[in-house]
Amino acid sequence: MDLPVWQALYEELAPRSFTVITVAMDAGGAPDVRQWIEAAKPTHPSLIDTRHVVAELYDWVNVPSNAWIDEEGRIVRPNDPGFAGEYFRGMMDPDFDFKAMMKEYGRMRDRYLDAVRDWVANGPGSRWALTPEQVRARMAGPNPDHARAAAYFRLGTCLHEQGRSEAAQEAFAEAKRLRPESWSFKRQAWHLEEPGKSGGPEFWAEVKALGDRPYYPRWEL
Amino acid sequence: MPTTVIFEDAVASVAAEAQNEDLWLAPSELERLGWTLEPEGLCRGPLCVPIPLARRAEFVRADGAANLAALTRHRGQGVVHDAEHGELRDAARRSLAAPDFTLPDLDGRLHSLSELRGRKVLLNSWASW
Repeated sequence: MDLPVWQALYEELAPRSFTVITVAMDAGGAPDVRQWIEAAKPTHPSLIDTRHVVAELYDWVNVPSNAWIDEEGRIVRPNDPGFAGEYFRGMMDPDFDFKAMMKEYGRMRDRYLDAVRDWVANGPGSRWALTPEQVRARMAGPNPDHARAAAYFRLGTCLHEQGRSEAAQEAFAEAKRLRPESWSFKRQAWHLEEPGKSGGPEFWAEVKALGDRPYYPRWEL
Repeated sequence: MPTTVIFEDAVASVAAEAQNEDLWLAPSELERLGWTLEPEGLCRGPLCVPIPLARRAEFVRADGAANLAALTRHRGQGVVHDAEHGELRDAARRSLAAPDFTLPDLDGRLHSLSELRGRKVLLNSWASW
């Protein structure tokens, strides 16, 4: 879990008019996320989003996803996977090299945090701050199917809250049909169906089915 | 039958009449979602959405009921209505301005992105699953 990394970055850069907001996309609410948040002891806003509202607003289909927002409330980078990478994908293979994965994780983390530092120091002059045209190019734009998918997903979380699990799964199925590339829809629905299922055989089979395609969007950092 | 409507940031159980792709609400029910029918159009606080004159029948009925689904369609918001479970909600649109949101922390205290104007913000999503 990356919460301690974000908290440390917040402590480092808060004096320079910077903050982090971490948002847990968890329909199960506080009971599902309490242990992680309590362990990280965040002093930055660490929020809980039971209906994945932020993912809907920013058009994110996976976790982690990050956006950079400037002092005027404009999006500077809309949808980075941060320092998440494809390195986890062979994890179920018997000869998987965990040490190499952790090394790659550390390398990508340091690179990404340095990019944030550069932006905080240089603002729009940072090589990592995108122009409005570049931001637009990275955002898919309104799409009726995506809007309907998000609506069905939110409907599902509402039904789940009301204890109507079967109806919730039906709504999630519609969301997944309309937006098959959303890992968040799939994994949250699996998790609500049965804890652990989001990282179970179904998940790994779908990761394998990606073949050469990326799990996270590949933007130039 | 009571219909649960999830519309923008409001969730309310209201008396509504669902017909095909339309959802008709009496003025009192509409008001519970924060909307009223005014001479200017359908309004939420100071914000009014004018009703196209030629299509008024799509939006307002003679008995004063308003069609919430027509309003969302008119605004370009996606709409789903689960007739069996009596649910409807819209999906918000996006722009390049960072969309605002208000969410609770672990203690239930609410935080809004807009409170942090004047600072650079890194917004991160994660999940327990």
